[in-house]
Amino acid sequence: MGKVDYKALKAGGFMRQVQKDCFSMRLRTVGGKIGAEQLNKIYEIARDYGQGYVHLTARQGIEIPFIKLEDIETVKAELAKAGLEPGACGPRVRTVTACQGSAICPSGWIDTTALAKELDAKYFAKELSHKFKLAVTGCSNNCLKAEENDFGIKGGVQPVWNESRCSFCGLCEAVCPVKAIKVAKEDGNLFFDQEQCIYCGKCVKSCPVSAWHGKSGFLVYFGGTFGNKIAVAKQILPLISSKEKLFSIIDATMGFFAKYAKPGERFRVTLERVGWELLEQELREIEE
Amino acid sequence: MSKRDGFIDITDVICPITFVKAKIAMEELTSGEILEVRMNDGEPIQNVPRSFKDEGHKVIDVIKNEDGTFTVFIEKDGL
Repeated sequence: MGKVDYKALKAGGFMRQVQKDCFSMRLRTVGGKIGAEQLNKIYEIARDYGQGYVHLTARQGIEIPFIKLEDIETVKAELAKAGLEPGACGPRVRTVTACQGSAICPSGWIDTTALAKELDAKYFAKELSHKFKLAVTGCSNNCLKAEENDFGIKGGVQPVWNESRCSFCGLCEAVCPVKAIKVAKEDGNLFFDQEQCIYCGKCVKSCPVSAWHGKSGFLVYFGGTFGNKIAVAKQILPLISSKEKLFSIIDATMGFFAKYAKPGERFRVTLERVGWELLEQELREIEE
Repeated sequence: MSKRDGFIDITDVICPITFVKAKIAMEELTSGEILEVRMNDGEPIQNVPRSFKDEGHKVIDVIKNEDGTFTVFIEKDGL
């Protein structure tokens, strides 16, 4: 057997183990969704080529440990039969994570699963100077921890109050987590502090008479990293109303990272070195 | 203060029993009658009124009590 190209193996989602010539094989998953037939195939591979178990990763992935070097091509072919393939590691776009979103969850504002699929199709394994993590969470409950990622997306809504429908019951004031709403029941009045609003939309979801309504959109977070360096991603833009604009922002962000990053540098480090203002400036340019 | 036809205190239970307990109390009433529910701030006030909405019942009044709990008046089948 010739010299093993571990770097090429790692790009394809094969992590070298402590045990010689054994690899933990990461699978390409999107939004944590795996079909029953695919699970069957994963079961067969773990049983026949691994040690009969899988490891669930921190980012909704599946790894099958103890895949032997000589079995890698066979295992890849087996995976393909169920529409599966190895995942990515190294300096590239990683698994796109997502909560179940508005298609399943009553709290969700956006179809996270569909969006994660689009993100995966467009960016998965794209080479950059360091790993780049994308996550999609459906609402401000933030089950998918948008701010832990290099680029996190969170569903939200810009609430609008319709006075003529309001019954002044006071429920929106009770559910607002940032106390942005005050209902004056006696006067039949309501005060909404737009500056305080975090676009969670709890007022819209709970209002019994649909006096609160609004169009859903995307909040985006830049530069999260939770490895050796811990930093929470920052929100530097207001709610984004269209998916087209969301994708143009992601394109611009990755373009910025590719342009300014030093080799081997994580997005957050680049941002802090060149200055957040530079990213803000480039994002403003696509706005115009 | 709104009139009431039934009362349930769900401050002694946690999710998901909060809504289960409130829902059972609502089942005792007939359409148009009003259930008064005392609940805690946080998860109960976020979720219980919304769950009633999903089942077609209408919140008509919410009172914040001095002890930090909420009293919510809900009209059965009001939506």
